[in-house]
Amino acid sequence: MSAVAAHADVEAHVAEADYQERTRRNRLGLWLFFVSELFMFGGLLVARFYLWRENGEIVRPELDQNLGLIITSILLLSSYFMNRAEVAIAHNDRTNFLVSLLITAALGTVFLVGVVVFEWGAHLRPWDGVFGAVLFGMTGMHALHVLSGIILILNVWWLGTKGHFSAEEHWGVEACAIYWHYVDLIWIFFYPALYLIGRAVPA
Amino acid sequence: MTLFSLGLVRGIIGQVIAFLAGMALVVVIRALMGLPAWAAEPAWVVGGLVSIVGFLVGVGALSDWLKWIRGEETPLRHGPPEGKPAWVRYFEVDYNHKVIGVQYTVWGLFLLMTGGFFALAFRTELVQAGIQFLGYDLFNSFIGLHGIVMIAAILLGVGGMANYLVPLMIGAEDMAFPRLNALGFWINVPGTLLILLSLVVGGWDAGWTGYPPLSARGPIGYQLFFLGVYAVGLSSIVGSINLIVTTLRMRSKGMSLFRMPIFVWAVFATSLIQLTATQLIGLSFLMVLVERVLGMGFFDPGVAGPGQQLMEGGGDPLLFQHLFWFYSHPAVYIFILPGLGIISELLPVFARKPLFGYKWIAMSSLAIALVGFLVWAHHMFVSGMNPDLRIPFMFSTLLVAVPTGVKFFSWVGTLWGGKLHFPTPMLFVLGAISVFLIGGLTGPMLATVTTDIPLHDTYFVVGHFHATMFGGFVFPFFAALYYWYPKVTGRMYNETLGKIHFWIMTPAFWVQTLGQMTTGMMGMRRRIADYDPTLGAGNIEAVHLVITLAGFAIALGVVLMVYNFIQSAEVGARAGVNPWRSRSPEWQIPSPVPEHSFPSPLRVVGEPYDYGRPGAYVALGAAGDD
Repeated sequence: MSAVAAHADVEAHVAEADYQERTRRNRLGLWLFFVSELFMFGGLLVARFYLWRENGEIVRPELDQNLGLIITSILLLSSYFMNRAEVAIAHNDRTNFLVSLLITAALGTVFLVGVVVFEWGAHLRPWDGVFGAVLFGMTGMHALHVLSGIILILNVWWLGTKGHFSAEEHWGVEACAIYWHYVDLIWIFFYPALYLIGRAVPA
Repeated sequence: MTLFSLGLVRGIIGQVIAFLAGMALVVVIRALMGLPAWAAEPAWVVGGLVSIVGFLVGVGALSDWLKWIRGEETPLRHGPPEGKPAWVRYFEVDYNHKVIGVQYTVWGLFLLMTGGFFALAFRTELVQAGIQFLGYDLFNSFIGLHGIVMIAAILLGVGGMANYLVPLMIGAEDMAFPRLNALGFWINVPGTLLILLSLVVGGWDAGWTGYPPLSARGPIGYQLFFLGVYAVGLSSIVGSINLIVTTLRMRSKGMSLFRMPIFVWAVFATSLIQLTATQLIGLSFLMVLVERVLGMGFFDPGVAGPGQQLMEGGGDPLLFQHLFWFYSHPAVYIFILPGLGIISELLPVFARKPLFGYKWIAMSSLAIALVGFLVWAHHMFVSGMNPDLRIPFMFSTLLVAVPTGVKFFSWVGTLWGGKLHFPTPMLFVLGAISVFLIGGLTGPMLATVTTDIPLHDTYFVVGHFHATMFGGFVFPFFAALYYWYPKVTGRMYNETLGKIHFWIMTPAFWVQTLGQMTTGMMGMRRRIADYDPTLGAGNIEAVHLVITLAGFAIALGVVLMVYNFIQSAEVGARAGVNPWRSRSPEWQIPSPVPEHSFPSPLRVVGEPYDYGRPGAYVALGAAGDD
């Protein structure tokens, strides 16, 4: 091996170690952001159980159960495709990676339509007392996160079509995937709080 | 170079344009929906929100992220911008943590003086009973502005110290996320400008705590206040992420957690609170914001619906107080923990003795942070919440005294038998201990339910609170400014002026805080423009006069300090590398610190506070060099 090639090899090694260390920092930073957001979503859950009470009993407004079940299933399904995309890029399978991303974004959009068009379009309005306030507060804050997740996914997809990301270096994909799973996880707590727990009263 | 090439100027222009664009957007949307085109409240809210983004785009804090969206590489620029004078970088987006630290500190000092101006204005009004020159509304807006501007100033001061010192103290080349760091500073500027702008739309007249239903029905100024606090809170959160990752992942070789300078521990504990609790003040203010705009019934029991008709089945104001104090009590530990860290950091240097009980000090910061999350409802003893909750919250609050007592014990232990030196920073450290002691000792009276009920909402609380803030932040912050001034500028401040500052400010503050407690015992209520002159057997006006004069004396001290710093930057004597004979890493490199702080990687070879013992704490260069 020539001296120049050996030097280039060392430099590549340093750059790779640098990338790995930066990714470790990024990963820790992202998880800290999640911890932070957890307190915000937790505050909304506190508001829900504080305000949706009648004489000490936990209540909830009458909501469309089928709609809740369908959008929840769709969001969970989207997490599967998000994971597929991440695994695909880790194996340099670019076609599968790009297709899975698009499916994830599409399912996320269906979820968003389900919340914004159908749930918000039903009988309750934001100004309808505590039921309207908490329902729109929680779903609104969550929908904002889903929307930002879809934008991130589309951004990653677009960069992917331009040849960015590789099996070795795909922190952008990983970040996007963890974020999407996180938003999914929040809904796992929000769905029963909004749709299942407590006695249903006509709103 | 033109004025327009300054980032700060571009940011403010961007903010104004975005404000108008946001308002126009609301007008257009409302016109399209067939509503009356102009509605002040939504227009100001959307305008204010968009204006924050406008500022960030204008100043250039988002440009690298916008490039990442397009997949472009963004190498970090080092050194001052090309073709411009060196001072310009302080008014621009700069990614060096030392520049950002100075930006934080200077903007924090500016806000500290702005907040002080509001205080002097309403203190002057309080000299006599009756209304002399501030109306009721303006008085109320000024007390709120004094509160929130000071809180922003303290957060910025903490951010300044942490950003400048933590990477230097742990031997890191910079913070973990330099771009996030710059964003974290710059978002404060539009945020605080919005808070000040609230004065032109009626101010806000129910205090900085923003309790609904008053805040839900008050002037539009409240909306700008909420948005401004949201921006400042966002800065806290991204700043804390940055500091935690930097501390955990970027320490130099040999810098184990229990060999870090104690200030880094304090900042770490503070960051844990900032990371989590800040979300709750953001959420609670956001909920009031949407309650006002959309009529969502979170807090106001009789919520105003669209068209302002009163609707049934609104929310619960107590919920707001729970969410709000879940941040705002831990917030005081955000303010004081770095200050207490400064005390522990500086005492061994000036006592030439090891820090007494290093590990206990480090752990007590974490303990205060943890217990701080369990005490919020002691602000609500008379709010009408379930009375059974008072007792557990009383006990958890009293528990805070234990880790705080550990710190006091360590400070006394460090001073004991030391070779004490008394330059200005040491004087401020001792002043801080004495002032924080009075703040701490009045704490249990307010934590205990039986004594809190008569004292609640009186000036006794004001006196207690200001003693903890001055002892926990202001005095240590000033000590830190004097102590690290030679490191930042390379020149010594004027020692005589510094001592005059101390000897004016400390007695003045003692008079002020004890005076406030006295008026509180006489029956003076907080946050009122007028009072009964016969309180305290007719002596209350005299006490108010003394407090006000003391307030002006404190302001004089601060002006002296600022004058000292500006003057000494030109004419001060060269400081040299290590004027305080400190063992800490930042004092082993030149003053002012070069662009890349450490010429070679830092190695830890000893204990941080072994003053008076042989051997060093850190060494520069490879292992073979020494």
